[in-house]
Amino acid sequence: MIRNVEVLVVGGGPAGLCAAQAAASMGAKVTMLERDYVPGGQLVKQTHKFFGSEKQHAGERGFQIGRMLLDEIQADPNIEILPETTALGCYEDGVITALQGDKHLKFRPERTILATGAAEKFLAFPGNDLPGVYGAGAVQTLMNVAGVKPAQRVLMVGSGNIGLIVSYQLKQAGVEVAGVVEAAPRIGGYLVHAAKIRRAGIPILTGWTVKEAFGKEQVEGAVICQLDDKFQQIPGTEKTIACDAICLAVGLTPLTELCWQAGCEMKYIRELSGHVPVVSDDLETTKAGIYAAGDVTGIEEASSAMVEGKIAGYSAAASLGHSPEEAARLRQEAMEELRQLRSGPTGGKINAGIEKVKQDGGVVHVNLYRYSH
Amino acid sequence: MRIEEHPVLQFDRGEKVTFFYNGQEVEAYSNETIAAALHAAGVRRLGHSPELHRPRGLFCAIGNCSSCFMTVNGEPNVRICVTRVEPGMRVEEQQGKGVVTP
Repeated sequence: MIRNVEVLVVGGGPAGLCAAQAAASMGAKVTMLERDYVPGGQLVKQTHKFFGSEKQHAGERGFQIGRMLLDEIQADPNIEILPETTALGCYEDGVITALQGDKHLKFRPERTILATGAAEKFLAFPGNDLPGVYGAGAVQTLMNVAGVKPAQRVLMVGSGNIGLIVSYQLKQAGVEVAGVVEAAPRIGGYLVHAAKIRRAGIPILTGWTVKEAFGKEQVEGAVICQLDDKFQQIPGTEKTIACDAICLAVGLTPLTELCWQAGCEMKYIRELSGHVPVVSDDLETTKAGIYAAGDVTGIEEASSAMVEGKIAGYSAAASLGHSPEEAARLRQEAMEELRQLRSGPTGGKINAGIEKVKQDGGVVHVNLYRYSH
Repeated sequence: MRIEEHPVLQFDRGEKVTFFYNGQEVEAYSNETIAAALHAAGVRRLGHSPELHRPRGLFCAIGNCSSCFMTVNGEPNVRICVTRVEPGMRVEEQQGKGVVTP
């Protein structure tokens, strides 16, 4: 049986939650699919205080913002949340399928908002498949959601904001951080985060990388080495680090499978960390009625994902005739919020990426994921 | 190992439950995933790769990567990182690609 729904939101992270809330507040009936058994995405795993303005709840910790949003959404009669439900496919006739336990669900939405987020990037080195090599998100999930230590002593790879923040979170959880290695010649993340972990006595080694992980059944240690200015390993600089986990914080890439399946025009944009769907100012993809918001449109911070969610939610509701004037006004406000967020320190790169999305050309026509007839 | 004290977070772990890992009884909490419960019990090797039989553990913990597949109550290829513990659940290390029994 195919269920007709008005607005289907795929993903219950910061973008999905805000999209659902925005669309429902205009009077639309929203169904939200969430793979995990609690929505909130990565937002509920953040213990640091957010930047931005009051509108994005700056000064509050990520998990507090997540819980507040969740409480509001769970009380909203216009929003139906389907947890432990994984979207499987997006078909030519607009049907979206999902798996809930052993049930195969089918939806025919009038509007779809894809808020699928991102996947962690991996790094090639011998031993990278050993148990104990974790993505930074996994470390956050274990220690900040379940309250379980991922290991005793961790080597962090990557000094972007995630690498720095997770190093500090490990320290908060009572886990030792052997150090942070960063391939680039300088620290990638904000100075405020870097200063915090340096004060905690955690060394940050720039121009270093992990050469190999060793261990029989799980990580027992790592070999790190120095890199030259062409990012080539310098023989003879190897050092052995005693650790039982290696945490990879080497970036994220948009999770776009559903966009490809839907046949959205896609572009590879380095500044946005991968292939992204081409979207209008309303965040509608080139497939009418399918919107995209959050990391799936390019890797940014949770604050931007929340605002993008609002823009997509208001736009989708307005296009269905729900309070179009009010929705247009609120969407305009959200766009101004986004402009301000992107005027911050990392905004330049994001804005350059978004400009490239808008330019003609560069659309990837090979549809890797689509079944060919 | 579990975090007992945290400067910022309080954990709502739920009730104590037990389940079976490779036939052995393991203590867990009702609000956690199988992956979290096994880590708390010191189990990080969750299985072996089907072809080269290399040890496999958790990588993404959010249901993306398929590294944590185990057999749960006879059903193979369960993503234990997004599956909650249930009392009496049988969690087993999977052999190869797993066998679906009707």
